[in-house]
Amino acid sequence: MYKQGKFEIIKKRTLACGIFDITVHCPEIASLANAGQFAQIAADGFFLRRPISICDIDKQGGNIRFVFEVRGKGTERISELNKGDLIDIIAPLGNGFTLLENKKAVCIGGGIGTPPMLSVAYYYGKNAQVISGFRTASLAILQDDFKKAGCDATLCTDDGTAGIHGFVTEPLKARLESGDVPDIIYACGPSPMLKNVVSIAKEYGVKCEVSLEQRMACGVGACLVCACKTVKDGESFLKHVCKDGPVFDGEEVDFS
Amino acid sequence: MSERLKVSVCGVEFKNPVIPASGTYGYGREYESLYPLSRLGGISVKGTTLNPRQGNPAPRVAEAPSGMLNSVGLQNGGSQKFLEYELPNLLTKDTRIIANIAGSTIDECARLASLINPSEVDMVELNISCPNVKQGGAAFGTDCSVAAEVTSAVKKELPDKPLMVKLSPNVTSITDIARSVESAGADALSLINTVLGMRIDIKTRRPILKNNVGGLSGPAIFPIAVRMVWQVANAVSIPIIGMGGIASWEDAVEMMMAGASAIQVGAAIFADPYTPVKIIDGLEGYCEDNNIANISEIVGTVEPW
Repeated sequence: MYKQGKFEIIKKRTLACGIFDITVHCPEIASLANAGQFAQIAADGFFLRRPISICDIDKQGGNIRFVFEVRGKGTERISELNKGDLIDIIAPLGNGFTLLENKKAVCIGGGIGTPPMLSVAYYYGKNAQVISGFRTASLAILQDDFKKAGCDATLCTDDGTAGIHGFVTEPLKARLESGDVPDIIYACGPSPMLKNVVSIAKEYGVKCEVSLEQRMACGVGACLVCACKTVKDGESFLKHVCKDGPVFDGEEVDFS
Repeated sequence: MSERLKVSVCGVEFKNPVIPASGTYGYGREYESLYPLSRLGGISVKGTTLNPRQGNPAPRVAEAPSGMLNSVGLQNGGSQKFLEYELPNLLTKDTRIIANIAGSTIDECARLASLINPSEVDMVELNISCPNVKQGGAAFGTDCSVAAEVTSAVKKELPDKPLMVKLSPNVTSITDIARSVESAGADALSLINTVLGMRIDIKTRRPILKNNVGGLSGPAIFPIAVRMVWQVANAVSIPIIGMGGIASWEDAVEMMMAGASAIQVGAAIFADPYTPVKIIDGLEGYCEDNNIANISEIVGTVEPW
């Protein structure tokens, strides 16, 4: 179940160079949305919508928050929208994360894969550790939000300018080795990161869900362009990120 | 809804001339939560092959100015899944169902036709124009004698259904192909399929599509489609369903004036999933404003200079 409409942007901030944070008042979408789902957002003057993950859902207030990076001219156009402007959205789309009651979770975000972890972080609160990694300190986003959600926020940077110097997989491994094994791991970020997280999760026998991205057209499962390789019982299948995902069981994804 | 939009294409009555195009609308399931499918004139469902097909590797889509390229490659669940799972559901929707079929060989097309013939679909659209498959597809639709051969082989196995053949624009003379297909027994034509194109990522020097090339659709191809529908309408006497870049009711009127008895709308649905119903409402208003008793009155009424 999804809706399409034009909704008002009620808040806009710049989080880092080229990374924008907008809150949209869209009660009918907020009431339907779950952590890990996404929206297809129209960019004025461009034919295709841009798939953007939902960062946070405020069901009471009827608001959805999107944090996105300018990747090209289409997302640049979306970033030019201001508070008070209307934004054309189709959402919520796809399958979100499986949230487990009274369990412990580790959320892994790589770069602009970090925003969808915020609604998961709010769900788990103190039972979640969020490990997020960025190229450098100036690109590190959402750390205060994760703390506000009550979780343990572990920051990594590739160049060591903030937090742990290294990749997100290092604190993950350290935690698992220490014996503090969570019930589930969630990850979103670049493909090599996801591949490593899935293999570490498998090694420790922890359930792992990953959120994928792919170029899309319809966003609802009709056009079949956003294919991704999956494996089940040794047989390979092409599934679709928009409708079968964007969240997949880590073991199901063929990263080759 | 009035009778004003009712059209007939080779004996099949449509409540209005607006039909989502094959490959852009799945089997209707994804859009049913927005509006009842019974509002549509019909649905040309996702192309079906005899056996399931995985399609091409991703990326399968690239944006273009006023359009997009795709290289899906006929991914579908095969004829059995269509007939046993999708079709029974579609038949409850109170709209005309056009089965779109494609095959790698003439035999495969004929076998598919024989499986579809006893079903309850209203019409069959034979795809001889997919640019994204190595065998069959456009290879059938770019040669007059092969196009005629596959048409007559399919028609022979389809005695109970009207056969519409979907033409490729990637040919030197679409009127020659159209005439060949007409004389081989086609009851109607649909055109145009996508226009072969390519995009390159200048940073990586790699094509954006993993298939290197793909089919261009969207408003970018609309004038090509209007021109080809007009030319074909003047070359054959069987009806035409026009498509290619239609995004508004004005486009639909233009396409019908060029000679199309009905229209299909495709890529525009991705930008706005309400496009088909907006076109239907727009056509209704157009008829009202212009005192047109039935939309068919405008078909082929362009007065060339």
